[in-house]
Amino acid sequence: MKNIKSKHSIKLLALLFVSSLAFVGCSSDDDDHDDHDHEEELITTVRYTLTNGTDVVTLEFQDLDGEGGADGTYDVSGPLTANTTYVGEIQLLNETENPADNITLEVEDEGDEHEFFYTTSISDITISKDDLDVDGNPVGIETTLVTGDAGTGSLTVELIHEPTKPNDGTSASAGGSTDVEVTFSIEVQ
Amino acid sequence: MKPIIIGLVLAISSFSFSQNCNYTFLGEVKDFHDGTSIASATIYIKENDKYLMSDLDGKFKIENLCTGPLTLTISHVGCETKTVSYTINNDVFKVISLEHHLEELNEVVVNSHLKTEGTSIEQSINKAALEKYTDKSLGDALNSMSGISSLNTGSTIVKPMIHGLHSSRLLIVNNNVRMFDQEWGDEHAPNIDINSSHKVEVIKGANTLKYGSDAIGGLILVQPKRYVAQDSLFSSTTLSLNSNGRGGNINTELIKTYKSGFYGRLQSSYKQFGDFESPDYILTNSGIRNFNASARIGYRTFEKGFDAYYSVVHNELAILKASHIGNVGDLVAAINSREPRVIEDFSYSIDDPRQDILHHLAKIEAYKRFQNLGKLTVQYDMQINRRKEFDVRRGRFADTPVVDLRLFTNSLQSNLHMDFLENLKLDAGVLFRYQQNDAVSGTGANPLIPDFDKYDASMYLIGNYNLNATSEFSAGTRYDFTRIEAEKNYNLTDWNDTYNYDELFPQFETNEIDNSEILTRPEFTFHNLSANLGYAKQFKNNTSLFVNYGLATRVPNPSELFSDGLHHSAARVEIGLLTLNKEVAHKVAASFEKNNHNFGFSISPYYKYINDYIQLIPTGITTTIRGAFPVWKYNQVNAQIFGVDIDVNKKITEKFNYKGNLSLLQGDNLSEDIPLTHMPSTNFINCITYYNETLNQLSIGLTHKTVLQQNNYPDYNFYTFDPVLQEDVFVDISSTPPAYSLFSFNSSVNFKAFKTGTLLLELNIENLLNTSYNEYLNRQRYFANELGRNINLKIKINY
Repeated sequence: MKNIKSKHSIKLLALLFVSSLAFVGCSSDDDDHDDHDHEEELITTVRYTLTNGTDVVTLEFQDLDGEGGADGTYDVSGPLTANTTYVGEIQLLNETENPADNITLEVEDEGDEHEFFYTTSISDITISKDDLDVDGNPVGIETTLVTGDAGTGSLTVELIHEPTKPNDGTSASAGGSTDVEVTFSIEVQ
Repeated sequence: MKPIIIGLVLAISSFSFSQNCNYTFLGEVKDFHDGTSIASATIYIKENDKYLMSDLDGKFKIENLCTGPLTLTISHVGCETKTVSYTINNDVFKVISLEHHLEELNEVVVNSHLKTEGTSIEQSINKAALEKYTDKSLGDALNSMSGISSLNTGSTIVKPMIHGLHSSRLLIVNNNVRMFDQEWGDEHAPNIDINSSHKVEVIKGANTLKYGSDAIGGLILVQPKRYVAQDSLFSSTTLSLNSNGRGGNINTELIKTYKSGFYGRLQSSYKQFGDFESPDYILTNSGIRNFNASARIGYRTFEKGFDAYYSVVHNELAILKASHIGNVGDLVAAINSREPRVIEDFSYSIDDPRQDILHHLAKIEAYKRFQNLGKLTVQYDMQINRRKEFDVRRGRFADTPVVDLRLFTNSLQSNLHMDFLENLKLDAGVLFRYQQNDAVSGTGANPLIPDFDKYDASMYLIGNYNLNATSEFSAGTRYDFTRIEAEKNYNLTDWNDTYNYDELFPQFETNEIDNSEILTRPEFTFHNLSANLGYAKQFKNNTSLFVNYGLATRVPNPSELFSDGLHHSAARVEIGLLTLNKEVAHKVAASFEKNNHNFGFSISPYYKYINDYIQLIPTGITTTIRGAFPVWKYNQVNAQIFGVDIDVNKKITEKFNYKGNLSLLQGDNLSEDIPLTHMPSTNFINCITYYNETLNQLSIGLTHKTVLQQNNYPDYNFYTFDPVLQEDVFVDISSTPPAYSLFSFNSSVNFKAFKTGTLLLELNIENLLNTSYNEYLNRQRYFANELGRNINLKIKINY
């Protein structure tokens, strides 16, 4: 008799278990109609502004329709001057919004999860990062660029999401995933 | 009190004695299906406890009946015993139909050779075998069969593959409902809880017309159990614990059946795993959380019945952190590195990137048998699939899914199974289906696939003819109408210049142009015809031969038509084409089988020719603000896939058994004379089992599986310029990983527990030698190794 009773209670417990799980599992589903999303996270523009007094050089990449569609355009306003120290500032914009969305601010807010890397093929140029994230590691929105002798080559700007920080200063050592990678042709004279 | 009862009895008996007792009952016993007379049926007359036999014409006669009730119980060998009651107040003639398809009524006896269709080439997994995979997926369970492999994304997203074909080329039918769960995606695993099913059948041959015309790869049937009509209550609970991933699964089910034919079942399971481990490192963010529940009620008798079923599957799947990459440079770094770029301490948390999928499935089915005709079944079913994919995103989008799709499907179908002819069985059916896809807004990203409405209407006719006692022939044809009405924004430059759609499809354009995007309304109508032929012949010594031919047609799926954009986990831009045609496949398959306990085998060669086979292949490189990406485009080629599946079982001694299988396959892109991409390589499995019935059904097994390196692959490797290194780097996306061999151990023992219950204990070890390996058919092979050793303990209690 006792056996039968306990068996029944086990079955009852099993039933309770199943039904409680079933209730927990149900969740409401929201829904919408005919609303078309478009790319809001887009970065259309990378602008690197280098300033030394009245000598201002901008390096700009712009791809207004994002991935696919028309190709992006590169615009370098002029040559850099040899043996000069420039204050550099990077700006990321989404110009499909009006007014343009300043993505740099988002990067700044999440400075510990991001880092800009600057690589140039002209060995006389040195670029140092002047800003720090909450952990005291460089972010690279503000930079100092010092030119040496005249020459031509390229300058690559990368923004890495979730890099290893601190790292040895190269993007290869930082891992992470690449959010921005643009390469400009530059000249020092 | 007593005198009243006595008085009543007297009154009743005197009443009956006063009745006329000269009536005659004439009966005829017939077969329900074809109306033929049944001779030598036993007729038991309850009222006077007498037995009669029907004559050669199925007739019988009862004379000298009195007014009042008459209860007859008619039985015949191979038939269901039937009890009928009449009220006699005149001479009567009655036809009594008996049902000789006894197996239809009872639980299908576990028998791996019982086929859904007499002439089909198929394999199945029964409940006992499925239970071994209680904390795994459908794809894992099928993977052990010959000719079946799987396309994986990590270890938890497992898509079954039949003869190298998967996704839209496979039909998965769950409880007689065709699954629509965004199955077109390579990293979209079927939303089926393996614990809710009783048996899984894989039809590799051509007998798939009842379910669809597009089963180019084949058909997977997930079948529920048929319950015996008896009063019983049955429950079981299974707990499975694993060392790798430090998680497991608990499943409970409760089944109540009644003699009247009513039955009910409740089932629920919960699964959780943390980060899995490869032999050398933790696979950060690879866990899973999964909740399932299902409920079914129904009523089954021979003549009529119904079945209602509902299931919910909720999957939360973590995607390996290291597989989130930015551009092709990151991909090169991942391929060249020996370790994933992110390795953190073990955790149960499911972080981005991840998938969150909720799938509801409900159906109701009812049937009625009509004399001299057959069985009519009507079914309505609906499914809601909500798929959210979360990526590693910046700022305010960090907790917003990048993909959010809601697919609603509902269908109404009807099948008439006609069995009134002796040797010919016919199935005729119609189906109407409406499907709506909603790319839920708020993702802040271009939808992967657009909003669309899809309408389907189908009809089919299938015949099965018994040529003689040992051979059977089947033929069928099916017509499908499909209409897709979509709404999608295209990049204006792409629409006009890149794809030239402004000239090809001006009718799709609307005048709405916004932010360099044009709103379009692509609409497509397809008419598909499919057919099959089958032949089966039984020989002496339990051998049989099956030959199938099938013509299958598949309409391009939404991703093939509409994809355009970046696919993060693959670091590639994927581009679909509105110009794609439907795929048309011819399949020929044969199977020579010997079903025997002591020595059995099956040898199944097959050949498929696929016209306009749709594939996604790299075509060039595009440069974006994120850097360079390879561009992958869908294109169409003519393809062939052929191979052979071999299964062998042999009894070595009374207690030792051997089982093995071998799968050989080759896929060719005939248009370009190169191999097809992502075809499974040659693999074979050997398994030795010791089984002792008397020693608590002790079973100990050792399984070995070898997968050879795939040497037939198309070379899509390319070079890309790395602006940081200022040099070209080689992107090796095609080369295949080397061969590997895995060993696994399993053991189980059964005890009596409680009064009538049983307790099953299992100890299993997978990847016994902790081998480090990569599988060609895992999309994450660039990023990490496969799983290392896992020790699994299972406890199952039946009570």
